[in-house]
Amino acid sequence: MTALLVAVALSGFAGAVGGLLARARARVVVVAFFTIAASLAALTVALDVLRTGKVATLTTTQVLPFTGVQLRLDALGALFVAVTAVVATAVSIYSVGYSRHHPMSRSSACAFATFVTSMLLVPAAWSVTTFLFAWELMAVASLALVLTDYRRSADVRSAAIWYAVLTQIGATTIAFGLVVLAVKTGGQGFTTMALHSASMAPWLRGAVFLLALTGFASKAGVVPLHVWLPKAHAEAPSAVSALMSAAMVNLGIYGILRVGDTLLGGGPSWWWITVIMLGVGSAIYGSIHAATSTDLKRLLAYSTADNIGLVMIAIGTAGLLSSTGHQSFAALALFAGMFHLVNHAVFKGTLFLAAGSVQYATGTRDLDQLGGLFTRMPIASTIFAFGTVAITALPPLCGFVSEWLLLQSLLHGLSSSVSVSVVLMPLCVAALALTGGLTAAAFVKAFGVGFLGIARSPAAEGASEPPRLMNVGAGVLASLCVVLGVAPIAMVGLLNSVVRTIQTSGGSIVSSHGEALAISDAKGVFDPTLIALALVTSLLCVAGVRRVLSRRHAIRRAPAWGCGRELQTARMTYTATSFAEPLQRVFDDVLQPSQDLDVSHRGESRYFVESVRFGTRGGDAFERLLYQPVFSTVRRLANKARLLQNGSVHRYLAYGLGALVVILVFAR
Amino acid sequence: MNAAGISVWQIGSVAVQVALCVVGAPLLVGLMRTVRCRLEGRVGPPVRQTWRDLRKLLAKQRTQPEQSSFFFAVAPVVLVATTIVVIAFTPMVTTRTALLGGSDLFAIVFLLLLGSVSLALAALDTGTAFGGMGSSRLMAIVALAEPALLVAILALAAPVHSSSLPVIVAGSLHHPMWLATPQRLLAFGAFVIVILAESGRLPVDNPATHLELTMIHEALMLEYSGPDLAFVVLGESLRLTVLLALLSNLFFPWGIATALTGVSFVVAIAVLAAKVALLAVAVAAGEVAVAKLRLFRVPELLAGAFVLSVLAVLSALVIA
Repeated sequence: MTALLVAVALSGFAGAVGGLLARARARVVVVAFFTIAASLAALTVALDVLRTGKVATLTTTQVLPFTGVQLRLDALGALFVAVTAVVATAVSIYSVGYSRHHPMSRSSACAFATFVTSMLLVPAAWSVTTFLFAWELMAVASLALVLTDYRRSADVRSAAIWYAVLTQIGATTIAFGLVVLAVKTGGQGFTTMALHSASMAPWLRGAVFLLALTGFASKAGVVPLHVWLPKAHAEAPSAVSALMSAAMVNLGIYGILRVGDTLLGGGPSWWWITVIMLGVGSAIYGSIHAATSTDLKRLLAYSTADNIGLVMIAIGTAGLLSSTGHQSFAALALFAGMFHLVNHAVFKGTLFLAAGSVQYATGTRDLDQLGGLFTRMPIASTIFAFGTVAITALPPLCGFVSEWLLLQSLLHGLSSSVSVSVVLMPLCVAALALTGGLTAAAFVKAFGVGFLGIARSPAAEGASEPPRLMNVGAGVLASLCVVLGVAPIAMVGLLNSVVRTIQTSGGSIVSSHGEALAISDAKGVFDPTLIALALVTSLLCVAGVRRVLSRRHAIRRAPAWGCGRELQTARMTYTATSFAEPLQRVFDDVLQPSQDLDVSHRGESRYFVESVRFGTRGGDAFERLLYQPVFSTVRRLANKARLLQNGSVHRYLAYGLGALVVILVFAR
Repeated sequence: MNAAGISVWQIGSVAVQVALCVVGAPLLVGLMRTVRCRLEGRVGPPVRQTWRDLRKLLAKQRTQPEQSSFFFAVAPVVLVATTIVVIAFTPMVTTRTALLGGSDLFAIVFLLLLGSVSLALAALDTGTAFGGMGSSRLMAIVALAEPALLVAILALAAPVHSSSLPVIVAGSLHHPMWLATPQRLLAFGAFVIVILAESGRLPVDNPATHLELTMIHEALMLEYSGPDLAFVVLGESLRLTVLLALLSNLFFPWGIATALTGVSFVVAIAVLAAKVALLAVAVAAGEVAVAKLRLFRVPELLAGAFVLSVLAVLSALVIA
């Protein structure tokens, strides 16, 4: 297995070098070949670790100076490696198709391979330096990829700056937290840190956790550190958005679990209450924005914040229950959270890749300009439809299973008789439930307005199916939505071994019972396979009955009813903006959209209206209310600081003299 | 009963409840219409008029709008099929259901949501303003009704630590006192509001109106005709029936068969029919007394249901 770990790194970096050296034509094929090779090697190691429970290790002092590289892949890390590997494989296939009309530049080819490789290495890193090296490599490579289309508009550059700032603030707090931990435990290997962290002062442990939590939450896109997410995901090429949203943000969750549970060995309830509150905020805020967004990729980005929030709720509940001694319920919550994370990677990858196909075919991602794509690009639209059903938690696809598990974990959290859970659990349930409803509205809007009905612009009118490999790449993930939804027992063993790395005494709380899922300590089983089977049977029967009943007449195609008007145009149909209007009205206080209504009257009388202009602008309230004040304060302070620096040489000499005096006084 | 654990009776009960609901659902809607007419001092159509209408529609030709795609055609089938699956999974006649693995309250909610979503997509697929209007309003209502429903279910599931329907029903049969606890009463209130919203009854939507600007469900099915319209109408009445049956078995479980004997089955079927009919009459009578809410007041009603269900969970925890 060690040899395969070496193969992952070598093949990945060979891809990066190959991307730099290869000629324009061959570039994408070289990069895709090496990233797929690295991903498949990583997947083999990860699945082996998950199945057998044996860890894969690799220590070498030849690569990084001073400390060397320490890799050790346990079941927790292996899950994240496996998810990244699957997503990266699909995205690589997709990229080959995508590059037919958008050739990959030298720098983005190199960054792509580096990004994938660093994401495969982060969960395997087993020392502070190795971890931070892989983490920074991932941040820099993804930043370069966000900047791929920097020539297109200033929005891309602004998105990249937001991403760079938030991700570097995050990296700083993570580095600070880990360094404090390393100093206090007397070693930078994760094994040493885990052994000695228990002897640290409680406030210091708490401080380390909060520092790490801040950093990892900014990577995971948790509200209020999510501001980069809708910008970067929308402006980056879709393959990159898919990698970031389906693989990279997961590593934020990985970090929280690794630091909170492995390195610090769990903590008091307030840590996990903080995690839960962040999750609740993220889930609700993300889903409200997703329900009202009209930009397809912004919508998907906000829904990432929402789903990561749900995972945060699950791991927070697990930590809380574990800190109050309910190990088996904690194991259930962790199981549900990890299952949802896997599912999110699969369906969000599907959706971003399909959205990329739409952008490829039409050149726009504005839902108000789309429509009628299902008849023009049926395969890509069907792939998006699979993603829609999965993310809306509808049977029989994968989102349904993890939503059910999340609800079960909260149900058992409710009955755990922890006093704090009396207040928290109903809040979590409410968040989960509200999120579910709003996600349904968001994705009916995305699919119904974007893909069905009449084309709303010439671009949508002229859309056609994207290159075949793009559909193949997205289709791989879409078919996984089906597999995970219909046969979730395939995941039970793998996820239980992940749970056992954290909840060592919890045992296997979720077990397979025939092809059904059963939860120990609870009556009743849940059988997604039976539900899928019943649905398919029922659909076939009902369709057959309708066919028999209507066999006498052929179907007549007729114009839709237009209230007596002859001509129906696309301007008369509902757009994404109008679809979201009722919800926008309900959540006015959260969204705080700015609206301008401009009515101009005719000169003769103000009873005759010449024209009406109505516009809404829905920015992110956090950006306006939290970040802008910080920016303006910094700018004001910077302006104040300018007074010190007025260009006079005399004054600078005086500063020098003053500094010298201070040094002489204190450094006696 | 055979050794495998699933008897002929259990499979029979699934078949019986599906058949009973498919035949009875239109009659139930007819009954509600008649009750409403009588209370308003009109004679009204006979109860079986709904079946006559369906038969007439089934004999006609299917039409489909020019721009629409596969989704428009498939939605009525999905609506009916998902509701039939829900009927099969709901333990209506006996708590010892054959399809235990699907008989889960959360699963049932998501199955019903699948029907709503397919109808909303089909309405957008017609490419008309009415379709979009109905779809947008339906999803806004679903988005707000769903949370109330899920939280109310949690309040019911908390005492038995399981969301499995037979377990919940059996639990309340064993502990009749649970039915009068505050959490049950609060959850009942939330359930009723959600059921009225989900099945498009007053005060959320008026099933008797055809005025396009106030309607939700009528706007959704405006383009359907012939057998497709018959399927949509049947699907909606099936959905109302299964929701009422669910309500009656969750809150008034008496009469459901706990043993697998012929007598208890016959009694259970008769009691179930009576309970559902009684609830339907109550809903119809209530509809005479209330007016339709303005569309933008509906979120307030659903928020009220949500608050009721959160209170139900809280009181369940405090009492436990």
